[in-house]
Amino acid sequence: MSQVTRRELFPGVWLRAVHTNKFKSAYLSVTMLAPLDKTTAGPNALIPAVLRRGTAVHPDMESLSAALDELYGGAIEPSVRKKGESQCVGFVASFLDDAYTLKGEKILESAAALLGEILLNPYTQDGHFCPDYTAGEKQNLIDRIRGQINDKRTYATQRLVQEMCRYEAFGVDKLGDEESVKDITPESLWQRYQQLLRQSAVEVYYCGSADPDRVEKALRSALTPLGEGGERTAPDCEVRLTAGSESQFVTEAMDVTQGKLALGFRTGGQTCWEESYPALTMFNAIFGGTTLSKLFMNVREKLSLCYYASSMLEKQKGLVLVSSGIEFDKFETAKNEILAQLEAIRRGEIESWELEGARRTLIGGHLSTLDDQGRQEEFWLGQAAAGLDTTIEELCAQFEAVTAQQVAECAQKLELDTIYFLKGKEG
Amino acid sequence: MEQFAFPQVGEQMYREKLPNGLSVFVFPKPEFQKGYAFFATNYGGMDMRFCLNGEWQDTPAGVAHFLEHKMFDTKDGNALQDLAANGASPNAFTSNAITGYYFESTEKFEENLRILLSFVSVPWFTRESVDKEQGIIGQEIGMIEDDPDWKVFMNLMAALYRNHPVRVSVAGSVESISHITADTLYACHKAFYDPANMVLCVAGPVDPEHICEVAREILPKEAGPIAAKDYGPQEPPRVAQEIIEERMEVSTPIFQLGYKGDALAQGQERLRGELVGELAMEVLLGSSSPLYAKLYREGLINRNFAYGCESYPGCFFLCAGGESKDPEAVRAAVAGEADRIGRDGVDGRLWERVKKGVYGNKVRGLNSFENLCVGQAQAFFAGHDYLDFAGMFASITKEEAEKLIADYVTEERTALSVVRPKEG
Repeated sequence: MSQVTRRELFPGVWLRAVHTNKFKSAYLSVTMLAPLDKTTAGPNALIPAVLRRGTAVHPDMESLSAALDELYGGAIEPSVRKKGESQCVGFVASFLDDAYTLKGEKILESAAALLGEILLNPYTQDGHFCPDYTAGEKQNLIDRIRGQINDKRTYATQRLVQEMCRYEAFGVDKLGDEESVKDITPESLWQRYQQLLRQSAVEVYYCGSADPDRVEKALRSALTPLGEGGERTAPDCEVRLTAGSESQFVTEAMDVTQGKLALGFRTGGQTCWEESYPALTMFNAIFGGTTLSKLFMNVREKLSLCYYASSMLEKQKGLVLVSSGIEFDKFETAKNEILAQLEAIRRGEIESWELEGARRTLIGGHLSTLDDQGRQEEFWLGQAAAGLDTTIEELCAQFEAVTAQQVAECAQKLELDTIYFLKGKEG
Repeated sequence: MEQFAFPQVGEQMYREKLPNGLSVFVFPKPEFQKGYAFFATNYGGMDMRFCLNGEWQDTPAGVAHFLEHKMFDTKDGNALQDLAANGASPNAFTSNAITGYYFESTEKFEENLRILLSFVSVPWFTRESVDKEQGIIGQEIGMIEDDPDWKVFMNLMAALYRNHPVRVSVAGSVESISHITADTLYACHKAFYDPANMVLCVAGPVDPEHICEVAREILPKEAGPIAAKDYGPQEPPRVAQEIIEERMEVSTPIFQLGYKGDALAQGQERLRGELVGELAMEVLLGSSSPLYAKLYREGLINRNFAYGCESYPGCFFLCAGGESKDPEAVRAAVAGEADRIGRDGVDGRLWERVKKGVYGNKVRGLNSFENLCVGQAQAFFAGHDYLDFAGMFASITKEEAEKLIADYVTEERTALSVVRPKEG
């Protein structure tokens, strides 16, 4: 049905190609993986946005948009993501698949060439980035960083991570902070860009109807300058085995009508590289990962303590992050109930419908990733960032084998590290 | 079953109208892992006033959404959990015009479909469960009221419309939902959840005939009466309010600009109007338009800028919004560009390019089963088929888009909604 291949285009530049006929579009991405770092995070996040403004051939957004329209409304979007302690910056692109063009035009080669042009052949002035574009995108990035406060649910989790991992690279946000952005100049950004191009590991992804040889040829040709880089190194991820001796408590007040409670746990060294990973993933699903989970069923449904309560697993870093929306005066009750649900799993109190429900949901969720080009790309980028090659089908087979006992053992290793509470202003 | 082919976009659609009045649409997708089912009623947040069996009823704002939450309750428990236990991801939404229930699953599709059809057609409400839901939805309302994007859009609706219920929040208010009782819910279910007022759309590795068999087996055998709806007096062209402002915890001002159009008739005319609206917005201020480039360059808009058009029974409007340090300047620039297009017309090359781009985007959107099924359900209630766009697209002319801009992007039809940062 679909065939997945991995090939090295140039030293340190890898192509993952998924060959399938089931989509209307072809999906392409090019991502540079850099170590997450407080000083470079802002500049790295800025680079794709500035590159997207114009190239030597298409010097402004209007001409780029025109070129994309000619390719049947293709999209090439800057992307900044965080996978473990890797900051992943580049572009994701989607184009109409060759099968659906009105006159039988072939799009892949032109699309890859345009993507390569945006990444590697920017519009420059005096040998560096154009000051106008740099200033404009700098302001946009600062607005985005400041704007993170607008979505309180995401903001609460972000603040939790920031406080919890204050002394680790993981505490740095994928966009960096205002501090690391404000002093950027067109010259300094150009230098950072050159370093990124030469030193970072690069992941290239394709999913669509073209066979892997044709894809390889198109991308080799589009990305030729990447073959000239020096040694490319893939970033690492630090894993802390334990939380501090006492959990820290951070609270903030804002003018909101609903409180946000977020709890951060360390998994005691359990990560995607450990044998216990499938059980850990199952644990998270049972604890707060699905609508059948203990947090959803008990804290939300049975006790009506919150509007939402869920948990997520950071697989490289070994963190479980709980996020919930509560009324201000429910803080103690909600927190205690969330911890009580964890205790129940630790004691092995897992009903068989909870275990099987979590298993079916996880497997269903993973298998349906195969039906979505964007999610598949996200999965493979995560695997690449972790240096793993396990396929979705293999993971599903591992989930099938997890027992309740193994889930309880995972839960027993969890340690509460930090509590974050966003409450309303007095009055 | 009737079979329709849309070779240009590589789609096939099967259709059948069951004896109970339910329309079933199936898009077979043998090469996919998951199946997706969408079961919807032609009843949404704006259908507050209706007439059943000769009796007019006024129901509280938020009742369609409240009903959606409570439908998952069954006599034996909760359908959400039954579906989740089978590995399905179920959910539901209420929009202005429709309420839809859906799931996606890679295993036990038929069993899940049975659960879906059954819980949506068999109501089960108790006083305790309704009381409890008031708390949960009250929290949800609190959460969306903190959401500036929601607020700025709802304010725009209130500024554009004097009477049309699209100006009322689908979720209602804490006050309005406090009037909802189990009896209200039963009455609304009876008025709108009859198979003859509903549609089932399925996409996935399924057999179309078999989907109909399951629907015939689970759902009521005969069609019942369907309620008539009332959206109040016809809307005048002029907006209710030209500008509406509010202050919230945001970092930069966010805005929505709205242009009030005349409501579209049902059927192909509705589809055509929507496509013309979409293309008009692209050439007026879309990402390939000269105006977009200018606004972006001047820092008046950023990548969050989004635009489109929406149509419901009794209302049609164009809107555009995002973040801006100066929303009034954006409004003035759009008005200026509309004048320029009125004088010079739309550039012919831009028109062709934009059409190609929008077409490709629409075809790419068919990757999503949700787009396909929700799109078909909405199109069916509007009197056409979703995939009709592929055939109609080429025939849309530049002059139609120019006329729409000249008619609707005018001072009396424009409203601006702004949420500004709090002072101090």
